Amino acid sequence: MSELLITRRMTDHPADSHTLARYEATGGYVQARRATGMTRDDLVEAVKTSGLLGRGGAAFSTGMKWSFLSPVRPAYVVINGDESEPGTFKDRQLLERDPHQMIEGIIITSIANEAHHAFIYIRGEYPKPARRVQQAVDEAYAAGYLGTGIFGSDFDLEVVVHLGAGAYICGEETALINSLEGRRGEPRLKPPYFPAAKGLYMKPTIVNNVETMANIPHILAMGTDEYRELGHAEDTGTFLFSVSGHVEKPGNYELPHGMTWRELIYGVAGGIRDDRELKTWIPGGASAPWFVPAEHLDLPITKADTGQAGSMLGSGAVIVMDETTCVVRAAERVVRFFAHESCGQCTPCREGTTWLEMILRRIESGQGRAIDLDLMLDVSDNISVGLGWPPKQTTICPLGPSAVSPIISIAKYFRDEIDDHTANGGCPQLRKPVPVSIGGSR
Amino acid sequence: MPLLYLAMREDGWLTDEGMTEVAAWTDLTPAQVQAVASFYTMYKRERTGRYLVSVCTSISCMLLGADDVLHAVEDRSGVPHGETDDDGLLSVEHAECIGACGGAPAVQVNYELIEGVTPERARALVDWLVKAQPDSVNGDEMQQLFGGITSFDWAVAESDSALGPYPAFGPFGTVQENR
Repeated sequence: MSELLITRRMTDHPADSHTLARYEATGGYVQARRATGMTRDDLVEAVKTSGLLGRGGAAFSTGMKWSFLSPVRPAYVVINGDESEPGTFKDRQLLERDPHQMIEGIIITSIANEAHHAFIYIRGEYPKPARRVQQAVDEAYAAGYLGTGIFGSDFDLEVVVHLGAGAYICGEETALINSLEGRRGEPRLKPPYFPAAKGLYMKPTIVNNVETMANIPHILAMGTDEYRELGHAEDTGTFLFSVSGHVEKPGNYELPHGMTWRELIYGVAGGIRDDRELKTWIPGGASAPWFVPAEHLDLPITKADTGQAGSMLGSGAVIVMDETTCVVRAAERVVRFFAHESCGQCTPCREGTTWLEMILRRIESGQGRAIDLDLMLDVSDNISVGLGWPPKQTTICPLGPSAVSPIISIAKYFRDEIDDHTANGGCPQLRKPVPVSIGGSR
Repeated sequence: MPLLYLAMREDGWLTDEGMTEVAAWTDLTPAQVQAVASFYTMYKRERTGRYLVSVCTSISCMLLGADDVLHAVEDRSGVPHGETDDDGLLSVEHAECIGACGGAPAVQVNYELIEGVTPERARALVDWLVKAQPDSVNGDEMQQLFGGITSFDWAVAESDSALGPYPAFGPFGTVQENR
């Protein structure tokens, strides 16, 4: 097994990895203290050179993001802990088990971006992670690592823990900013509302993911060269994969990129439960187009290879489905999620996702028609023009096109199964139709 | 948003009076406050029971039998999802992904998490809530009693866990003074 970085402390010290005492005993806060004596240019350059890509799903260079920050002040740092992408549960582990690691990352990020206020936005359904983070923030304040004159320097930093209230869309950075301001979590149009220029309270804002923050102290501690070597080519550092579904050993696995899907699913995750056959898997969270064993099992897991194959690594959530899975039902669940979470601003997404969900449900329950697949592709084309990858979206944010991913996936790989549903009265695996009562309510 | 949580904590759910009061504090109209509240799933604008049982039925949980867990909860409690019993004790809902996919299927009670729940354990959970009626629910305790496989090692239990009734957490998001 490879080198652990951000899950090292919780692995070695399960009993108290979340406490300040353990954090400091294992080298914690050394880099934040050091950073108080460093300049914005030094820090931005270090993170840029490290090659760190944002771990929230978009995989954009963190250093580049920092370098785009407008010179207007005040600036804010906002941490995205609104982890809600189906299949993803990595940030929850980082928040619960090693909150100080993230806080140290926040301190360094705030120094690099000359921000004296940082906000940690945690989804409302994560009360325990939020309590753990609040305790850690309190400890850091008491130790003089947050507040006025941190580490005895002249740098002030206030950190606020904020809870969401149940809206996946708040994981989109501009929606998160709206939510933090106390508004409906609707994404803003970019341009003009790029957070780096017009973010929180219309001030320059850096929005970074929890896992991204956890990497920052290690980059300074190891140096950029060693950090790069830990990874694989362009994908530097380690990556947290959340593996779920029909595998023997679901869980979060911290790994470098570069292994094949076969090695991840059959090696690391212990293979398919009960020795069944693998049918399909989602490589990067519910938003990503699906992969199938015949084409993708020996593909290396890298950002570039996954992108070329028409999907993405996204948030690192791998959802594995075995031969017993009805793909229509699986697609219905994914689409239902996006229909429920659509903020409703853009018509193609608000109407499209709802229709896709209803059409899938009628196919599953035996009321599907032969033309329904074409109808779904037509609706999808209104959200994601040309149905290509990456999507050409007709909407403000990528939520709508995310709902299209399962549709194009099942249309591409499982057309026969859909036809079987429409021709023969619904799902062959079900004696009774899907209870229509599940889902749909908003 | 923290004010809406406070209002909900006060009344058990978000009443029109609560929202009107928040509007007065924030210098907004009640309609503006309602517009924000209605956006978020966790602000309950209908009467909600003392224990809100949320069964995740998103993709990873569904693959491992979440629909059966939901039906078990509905059958045992007699409360269909999206509704509350007459005594105001239990509300049942199906939830979208609650970030416990590695420990699927997952259930939350007042947002305190239990992973690896089977239909049998779900029935036992309902029975326990009805019988024991704890003042506050604790995820670590419920995981011990009714949980199974977890997404990751939970390690040590929280010493001072979930506080008070629904919603099971205190007001976050307020800047703390006098540091």
